[in-house]
Amino acid sequence: MTYFLQNLVNALQWGSFYALIALGYSMVYSILMLFNFAHGDIFMVGAYIGFGVASALVAFNSLGLVVLPGWLLLVLTILVSMLLTSFVGMLVERIGYRPLRDAPRASAAITGLMIGIILETGNLALLGAQRVRLPTMIQSVTYDLGGVFITNKKIMIVLVSLGLMLTLHQFVRRTKWGMAMRAMAYDYAVVPLMGVPLNKIAAMTFAIGSALAAAAGILYGVAYPVLDPYMGIVFGWKAFVAAILGGRGSIMGACLAGFLLGFIEIFVTMVFPSTLRDLIAYGIIMLILVFRPHGFFGEAYSARLRL
Amino acid sequence: MSLLRVEHMTHYFGGLQAVSDYALELEPGQIKGLIGPNGAGKTTIFNLITGIHTPSEGHVYLDGQEITGLRPHRIAAQGLGRTFQNLALWRHMTVLEHVKMAHYSRIDYGLVGAFLGSRRRRVQEQEFTERSRELLRMLDIESHAEQLVVNLPYGVQRRVEMARALATDPKVLLLDEPTVGMTAEELRQMIEVIHLVHQRLGLAVFIIEHRLRFVMELCQEVQTLVFGRVVAQGEPEEILNHPKVIEAYLGEDWED
Repeated sequence: MTYFLQNLVNALQWGSFYALIALGYSMVYSILMLFNFAHGDIFMVGAYIGFGVASALVAFNSLGLVVLPGWLLLVLTILVSMLLTSFVGMLVERIGYRPLRDAPRASAAITGLMIGIILETGNLALLGAQRVRLPTMIQSVTYDLGGVFITNKKIMIVLVSLGLMLTLHQFVRRTKWGMAMRAMAYDYAVVPLMGVPLNKIAAMTFAIGSALAAAAGILYGVAYPVLDPYMGIVFGWKAFVAAILGGRGSIMGACLAGFLLGFIEIFVTMVFPSTLRDLIAYGIIMLILVFRPHGFFGEAYSARLRL
Repeated sequence: MSLLRVEHMTHYFGGLQAVSDYALELEPGQIKGLIGPNGAGKTTIFNLITGIHTPSEGHVYLDGQEITGLRPHRIAAQGLGRTFQNLALWRHMTVLEHVKMAHYSRIDYGLVGAFLGSRRRRVQEQEFTERSRELLRMLDIESHAEQLVVNLPYGVQRRVEMARALATDPKVLLLDEPTVGMTAEELRQMIEVIHLVHQRLGLAVFIIEHRLRFVMELCQEVQTLVFGRVVAQGEPEEILNHPKVIEAYLGEDWED
């Protein structure tokens, strides 16, 4: 039982990363009908920006220029990195996708792959092949809850992720931009005729998705501090799977599927050798998709893109 | 100058001339019709006026201001409302949300206001909800306000689209085949609705329509478009007996 609970906690943490990244895929798809295949690499860029911001803050701190407690450094790192990464996302949209909005969807998909390669190799060119380490900002404290070991970091990661998801949910429900995003998901062409600036909403969607990916990147770095330029590839693909599994364009679906993915991966390793993890986990997910091809919350219709 | 004025508008899709030297004068309070066989370019003209496409040549003026080539959301904000031939509703949003969405450019409380529920948000939410409900009441669909549009009958969906277009506060309303696929009963109601909107709000209305009975009953003037060119223009009776119009419609099922 404790073994099960222990894995449950690990799965929650692992699922948080997938869920946060999957949201970016899902939101962009729902309003623009394109999969931003560079999104996994945005996650990587976010983690690296987090590395830069954290290193700077820690350096200031040790020089005595600012004196801040560790948790505040982490909060600042997350917020500043989310902001900076959102600009990267907007840049990707402006340069890579906006000119291709009326182009065949395959062109947009290829653009995403190319942007991904550019971000990875750009990072290599800039920082070299050496891996970097996210500075430690908070010390690990382990709580023993009747044989289940929970670190303060795990609690923090899960709570921050859930907080961000709730904030996004509120944003979509309460603001006019969120309302416009929902409308665009159903019919894209009429939205501008209601006085809504399409490009602004598109840029905003990329910005939000990228900011969430950056948060995921830093939280990932808090749990597994070693970063490398290719860390976004596999994570990106798996989060993409979560976005599809959740139902294309569904926020709720992307979150749930992200967590589900985390659970399946972790629980598979409870039973099978960890080398078989992805083989079995993604076999299960393929089976789910065979029976629910539109995902959990996907609608059984194909929305058309006009304009 | 007329309220909506189009001069020498020509448009090409690649090498195809979809609209040639089109002109329009729509006066305040006027209802005008645009008829023509399928593929004549009627919807293209709407798309050109509303900024979905930018005309290859020519000018569009709304209330004295040139709007040619502006982005669709700017043109909408200047006072041009429109409905679509294939209903363009947001399937899983409520009727009220549709109409509120159309207030987008007038909602000016920001992120903080939205999250913390500022006074301005409360005041504006109330104002726009009230205004939206008033429009729904006028079109006799207020009882459906909280329902998702996907669950509503076709005729009601058509009126939701109309309410949404009206909520953008237009000076000119463009209706793209508002009666397509309607039953005789729904058709009669739609005629009433357009009359009502026209009288109550004093809007100028420009309608694309196939059903000649509808056009005869509503429009003061009709243009006939064939292959992107206006071949006849005038009062409805005059147009119906115009040899070019009869020629264009020959073989088409136009008598309803």
